[in-house]
Amino acid sequence: MDINFVIEKFALVTILFAISLVIAMYSTYAERKVAAFLQDRLGPDRAGPFGILQPLADGLKMFMKEEIIPSNASKWLFMVGPGLAMLCACIGTAVIPWGQDLTINGRAVPLQVTDINVGVLYLFGVVSLGVYGVMIGGWASNNKYSLLSAIRAASQNISYEVAMGLSIIALLLMTNTLSLKEIVAQQHGWHWNVLYQPLGFIIFMVCSFAETNRAPFDLPECETELIGGYHTEYSSMKLGFYLFAEYINMFVSSAVMATLYFGGYNYPWMDTVAAHVSPNVAALIGTGVLFIKIFAFIFFFMWVRWTIPRFRYDQLMNLGWKTLIPLAIANIIITGIVIAVVNKF
Amino acid sequence: MGTSVFYFVATLSIIFSLMVIFSKNPIHSVLYLILTFFTFTVHYVLLNAQFLAVVNFIVYMGAIMVLFLFVLMLLNLNKENEPNKTAFVKILGVIAGGCLIVTLVGSLKAVTINSPLVLQNPNLGLVKNLGKELFGPFMLPFELSSILLLTAMVGAVLLTKKEEKTNG
Repeated sequence: MDINFVIEKFALVTILFAISLVIAMYSTYAERKVAAFLQDRLGPDRAGPFGILQPLADGLKMFMKEEIIPSNASKWLFMVGPGLAMLCACIGTAVIPWGQDLTINGRAVPLQVTDINVGVLYLFGVVSLGVYGVMIGGWASNNKYSLLSAIRAASQNISYEVAMGLSIIALLLMTNTLSLKEIVAQQHGWHWNVLYQPLGFIIFMVCSFAETNRAPFDLPECETELIGGYHTEYSSMKLGFYLFAEYINMFVSSAVMATLYFGGYNYPWMDTVAAHVSPNVAALIGTGVLFIKIFAFIFFFMWVRWTIPRFRYDQLMNLGWKTLIPLAIANIIITGIVIAVVNKF
Repeated sequence: MGTSVFYFVATLSIIFSLMVIFSKNPIHSVLYLILTFFTFTVHYVLLNAQFLAVVNFIVYMGAIMVLFLFVLMLLNLNKENEPNKTAFVKILGVIAGGCLIVTLVGSLKAVTINSPLVLQNPNLGLVKNLGKELFGPFMLPFELSSILLLTAMVGAVLLTKKEEKTNG
């Protein structure tokens, strides 16, 4: 195997991992600041200027806390739970194309860890695997509330995965490929998929909220009914892993939404910009644009959390099965008919 | 390299499947079954059947096993409330298992190991080729099996509806 290939992939994975962690850290800070802004408060402002060091202080606190494993918990699975949650959160970034190819020393370096030709399905698999972290942790805690939360998480994830898959099918009918790199390349300039698939995007976004357990779908950690939900018994960095995994999931699903529906690294008039700067700079501008889109989605996640109250459980199930799934199926049929008609004439 | 990876993963598959049977705790048993399915996914990737690999990952590991785990967590099975099996049932189990072994050994004996399997089209497992096969020559069986699944689903929904009516 080519040594340069190994080095560039290793570097890319390391950078992506670091970026995921830093973004997750600062998402906790952003969440408090956004909440403060929406509720007309100041938010954290003690640690460093504007409270910018608050995540570091929180992280240190998490590491220093006493670690408790309940005596009746199943020890191994109790530790596997948070690890699995973190692992599933982190591996999603591998198939997302973060930018156009860079040229370093005459070698084209793709800003994507791997371009497997079933990229969309891979993401889907990672999402469906994510629930095991919650389920195993909730069960292993040997606590009624944790168990109830784990069961809620499982049924919620399975219900919304169906609608999510159906909304993606409509998109795939248009793109004719499962490779994320090609899907992004097709959205050159402003041909973003959201313009052609607005309904599909809305369904996908609602399902992303449900899959990441974010408000208004945060029933697994509904504190008024379930104390702390699946991480009631967790302390120290194990709790930190669960909280971190949630923010990384939010980052990854924002990236997926930006990639699938909002053009990824594409932006209007990118050809004009590319004509004036060197290709590497143009690629990096594209990456910057992708991150702006991701941050906009993360802000949206937070905005919704502090605006809309939590669903009741029956409302959650009704929305998933009786509203989103029929809408998604209708969307597939309409998309199919339109494509058939357009191809005919 | 492919062969050694295969033997490594195959060993893991066998170990995990044995753990499924020998685990005392049903939840552990299901978790080992998930690991077994994961090794199957790796086998599919080794066979260049990417679509099958990912679908096995999503459907078996991501959905069906979640439901298994879900049901077991709700049932909360443990030693105390495990029904006592009579000797008769145990003997029946041994006979049934023995029959299965005889069948498997008999069918495997016919296979000659010396002729390695060669795929006519190694790229058959890719999504595009598989889709063309399924919706071309195998259209009828494919649609029939989907109708079969739909029937099962409708039946399940119907069963829950009936119960609702009798309860008032």
